[in-house]
Amino acid sequence: MLRQIEGSRAVAEAVALCRPEVICAYPISPQTHIVEGLAELVKAGELTPCEFVNVESEFAAMSVAIGASAAGARAYTATASQGLLYMTEAVFNASGLGLPIVMTVANRAIGAPINIWNDHSDSMALRDAGWIQLHAETNQEAADLHVQAFRIAEELSTPVMVCMDGFVLTHAWEQVDTPSQEQVDAFLPPFEPRQVVDPAAPSSIGAMVGPEAFTEVRYLAHARLMEALDLVPDVADRFAETFGRNSGGLIHAYRTEDAETIVIALGSVLGTIKDTVDELREHGMRIGVLGITCFRPFPTEAVRHAVEHSRRVVVLERAFEPGVGGIVTQNVRSATPGTRIHTVVAGLGGRAITKESLTGLFRDAVADRLPPLRFLDLNRSLIDRELGRLAADRRSGPTAENILRDLGAVASRIG
Amino acid sequence: MVEVRIHGRGGQGVVTAAELLSVAAFAEGRHAQAFPSFGSERTGAPVVAFCRIAGSVIRSREPVVRPDALIIQDATLLHQVDVFAGLNPDGYLLINSSHDFDELGLGEFVRGLRRERMSVVPATELAMKHLGRPVPNAALLGGFAALTGLVQLRSVVSAIAGRFAGPAGDGNVAAATAAYGFVRAQRKEPVRAQAD
Repeated sequence: MLRQIEGSRAVAEAVALCRPEVICAYPISPQTHIVEGLAELVKAGELTPCEFVNVESEFAAMSVAIGASAAGARAYTATASQGLLYMTEAVFNASGLGLPIVMTVANRAIGAPINIWNDHSDSMALRDAGWIQLHAETNQEAADLHVQAFRIAEELSTPVMVCMDGFVLTHAWEQVDTPSQEQVDAFLPPFEPRQVVDPAAPSSIGAMVGPEAFTEVRYLAHARLMEALDLVPDVADRFAETFGRNSGGLIHAYRTEDAETIVIALGSVLGTIKDTVDELREHGMRIGVLGITCFRPFPTEAVRHAVEHSRRVVVLERAFEPGVGGIVTQNVRSATPGTRIHTVVAGLGGRAITKESLTGLFRDAVADRLPPLRFLDLNRSLIDRELGRLAADRRSGPTAENILRDLGAVASRIG
Repeated sequence: MVEVRIHGRGGQGVVTAAELLSVAAFAEGRHAQAFPSFGSERTGAPVVAFCRIAGSVIRSREPVVRPDALIIQDATLLHQVDVFAGLNPDGYLLINSSHDFDELGLGEFVRGLRRERMSVVPATELAMKHLGRPVPNAALLGGFAALTGLVQLRSVVSAIAGRFAGPAGDGNVAAATAAYGFVRAQRKEPVRAQAD
């Protein structure tokens, strides 16, 4: 049913339709509305049987999810930012044990400096945790990806992280076609665990493995993730058959066929990029967009196929690796080593990515004025003032506070 | 596409106003996107929310930097925030105040705009009267419907009723309806905006 609805609510309802049996969560912005919505559905008896566990931390949230999944329950949690980092050890355990937990990450920056706004620093920090990572472009896709995620996770016995941009999607109201229980039931079979802790047939999960077999266990986990490169698009196809719309898959190409310049990005910024690209196309610029939906495993072949004919690729990154540069860039470069690639770090800590800035950026790219690494809309004067202080005074004080003082009141800004 | 920006203070229902406007537009078969700016989440701090309304899918998610319509929920912001930044010269302006534009110090400013697209409505007073609380957002949406014709009053009313149950719903609907009548009475006939 087509509804005008908040992104978090749409996701909560989609998750509920997947009939999770255990939901454990600790509140953290901008994820909170999702689990609040689920808590309401459990309390109202609309989602039953389901145990909603209020835990004391994110570490506990993932630990409870691990226990529940090992006991054969379909388990779900959601988090963001510092919460994801706080559960890191358990996140690695979930994938190491091969437990098909589904978790929403409402993408948010990581402190310090503390910042509640959207970028991809959190999920990118855990890109090597052995989870499948799917990124939503819209709230429709965010809702749909959760339904697909349970199926993918359970078929492979591997956990799946559904990443959606915090605030930009979670708090946005737009139309979402919310599925019916019958549709989801037809698409998502009951959870048949590969391994289960069962008092009737006692066994243990979580053995210590020494050098004699650790590599082999790890290799098999890698092989499972590589299988996802076939399964993720297959599940997206089957989803399209049941629900009549395209969501998920590995990548989405937009006007790339004849493009000399291809912009690569993940998540909700793709919409703004597409609008910008359409305008530039009207001025004759041969430019296209490649959205990466599945970031882990990385769809190397699909990305190569989509961009190898282009003259240049611009990777718009919502996070970066300090001391190195772009994270997505490195994956793209290994997929297509012969292509010229520019990294643009944009929208850190919630800075708006505007069509105006993107237009200037893409014009620079096409005119070969783009350096290998650019920070979009960087306020150079703020940086120079702080560099001046650092040079002039040993005890120059905390950088964040210094810069805020230079900037004056920020509450009155609009963008 | 019509882009609306709503300015107010934390506690005045700025974010809810944008959401309700999107629901009203959706009820009329259009695409709508509402989202907040999330600056300081403190009572009284300046807050901005955005709503886009269009006849087709809305993909862009940048903040509204060139609004076609502005709703100012708190006139004290006029001296604190550059609320008019980027306003389309043909755009709409609705301010919550019991003073007129001259008294607000905006006489000169509005003379550069289309006078028939400007209005001041005492939304806080109407909210106090009908709702018993100084929350002007719903009343302003009623005034907005009258000023712009962008959404129908009945769509605004159904959006409010869908969000608030009981006395809060009734009070907000009454305040919106009163504000609609107030703005209608100011003008002979509403000018209809195009949402493509």
